[in-house]
Amino acid sequence: MTDNTQVSSQYAIRLQDLTKSFGETLAVDHLSVSIKRGEIFGLLGPNGAGKTTTIRMLSALIAPTSGTAWIDGNQLGKQDQEIRRNVGILTESPGLYESLSAERNLAFFAQMYEIENISESVEKYLRMLGLWDRRFEAVGTFSKGMRQKLAIARALLHEPNVLFLDEPTSNLDPEAARLIREFIASIKHDGRTIMLCTHNLDEADRLCDRVAVLKSHLLALDTPTALRRKLFGRSVVFHLHKTLPKYRETVKKYQFVKSAEIVDNKLLVKLDKPEEQNPILIRSLVQAGAEIQFVGELRRRLEDVYLQLIDMEKSQ
Amino acid sequence: MKKVWVIIRKEWSEVFKNRLVLGTVAFLPLLFTAIPLVTLYYTGTGNNADSAIAATDLPPQFAQLCGDLNGTECMQYYIVSQFLILFMLIPLILPMTFASYSIVGEKRTHTLEPLLATPITTFELLAGKALAASIPGILATWLAFLVYEIGARILAISPHVLARLSDPLWLIAIFISGPLLAIAAVSIAMMISSRVNEPRVAEQISALFVLPLVGLFIGQSTGLLLVNQTLIIYMTIGLIVLDAGLLAFATQFFQRENILTRWK
Repeated sequence: MTDNTQVSSQYAIRLQDLTKSFGETLAVDHLSVSIKRGEIFGLLGPNGAGKTTTIRMLSALIAPTSGTAWIDGNQLGKQDQEIRRNVGILTESPGLYESLSAERNLAFFAQMYEIENISESVEKYLRMLGLWDRRFEAVGTFSKGMRQKLAIARALLHEPNVLFLDEPTSNLDPEAARLIREFIASIKHDGRTIMLCTHNLDEADRLCDRVAVLKSHLLALDTPTALRRKLFGRSVVFHLHKTLPKYRETVKKYQFVKSAEIVDNKLLVKLDKPEEQNPILIRSLVQAGAEIQFVGELRRRLEDVYLQLIDMEKSQ
Repeated sequence: MKKVWVIIRKEWSEVFKNRLVLGTVAFLPLLFTAIPLVTLYYTGTGNNADSAIAATDLPPQFAQLCGDLNGTECMQYYIVSQFLILFMLIPLILPMTFASYSIVGEKRTHTLEPLLATPITTFELLAGKALAASIPGILATWLAFLVYEIGARILAISPHVLARLSDPLWLIAIFISGPLLAIAAVSIAMMISSRVNEPRVAEQISALFVLPLVGLFIGQSTGLLLVNQTLIIYMTIGLIVLDAGLLAFATQFFQRENILTRWK
């Protein structure tokens, strides 16, 4: 097997020093990331961080200034038409022909992708996204959620192995956003690789296997859980009937306890290995007279991780 | 070429849903056909001995245009030939209206990015859009001319006038200069459309390019110039050169990345 074949079989997307400048503005700075097949990969970052530019480059819509990437085994700049044939993209704005019906919109794009069984594919995705009954209606009459669903159907019509989703739930009401999120989670099971570009960090946390935080260059890259642990460590919360200062002192005597603090009726303890260390602390607290109601791990939000990373970047 | 046809069909299904565009497509050829036919009718009904015009009574430029036609025939031919320019306005105005809407429409609905993300080539996209904008205008011109030809056979006062109204001057103007004008119109409209965000603005700026033909019409009506075979041939050659330049420029102008980043 050649290097490229090995790369294409293991990774759906591989970026190598991908860079894009618009005049003097550096939009994407030497980005190198490898994304495994079947992974949902989140691209996070503030406005102007280069997320959309990255997606556009990877969809062969715009050319990189330097560096390259392989998408589903095809090299950017050398096999652009193949890339366009094999990736699906949901653009920031749904971009649908408003005077045409939902069916006509999909049929048009199906022809552009040279799909063989157009009517079957169109029907499959219109039904899957609950738009079949309104297939003959002009898209101009559709709600935002329906348009977004139709745009997702369009991105999937040609059964791409790699899917780029740029802000899939922005400007949607909570119900429509949930439906879209559930749909994204469901298509992951088809083995598709999804690159999700979003400002909704809760959404990224729920959907993504790994996330990258960008600000032109890569700030961090890992699973949401690993990023939390890297930045904040692991904290255990002991919900106590009564919180007395002596309970804090009880846990603090152990060397493995990094910090302990009382917040309301909770005792927050920072640990390295809670699975091993929790039983010891529980025993000591009970012996000290504490009435433990619940014990759980403090789950930091991905938003905390993101803001911490952005702050760290600003302070550098 | 299959995708070019797909683009054309999509463009037509979109554009023909726009009543303003549909109205322009239907109204303009009807009007421009009716004017010369009505003129033919009225100049023909006055054709009797009392109202006969002697060839010597006509201005010199009439004689230059009419050759061996008698005075009354020359008068009818001269008046109707004024309206040849109107027929040439159809393949200029209609494609401009189409192109202005079809391209700016892509911007307004943000459909360009998903479209360019498909495996369509820039040539297929531009050819599809250009043909979708040009074909209705050219066909409308030809249809209008056909109706006019049929009407002229009924209303012309003599076979001599009819022969003149169907001479190569008209045929070159309608069947060669017309499509060339359409190509120029679409190229200009597409370039303007890529810089503005409102169809009306694109249409208004594009409309400025109708002025040379209107000037020709006024020049001929006032006797300042004569639209004859030589002028039409020169105009056709000029249009070939202009179109070649515009198409070469358009190909350079419409780079895929530029289309995407500029057509916002």
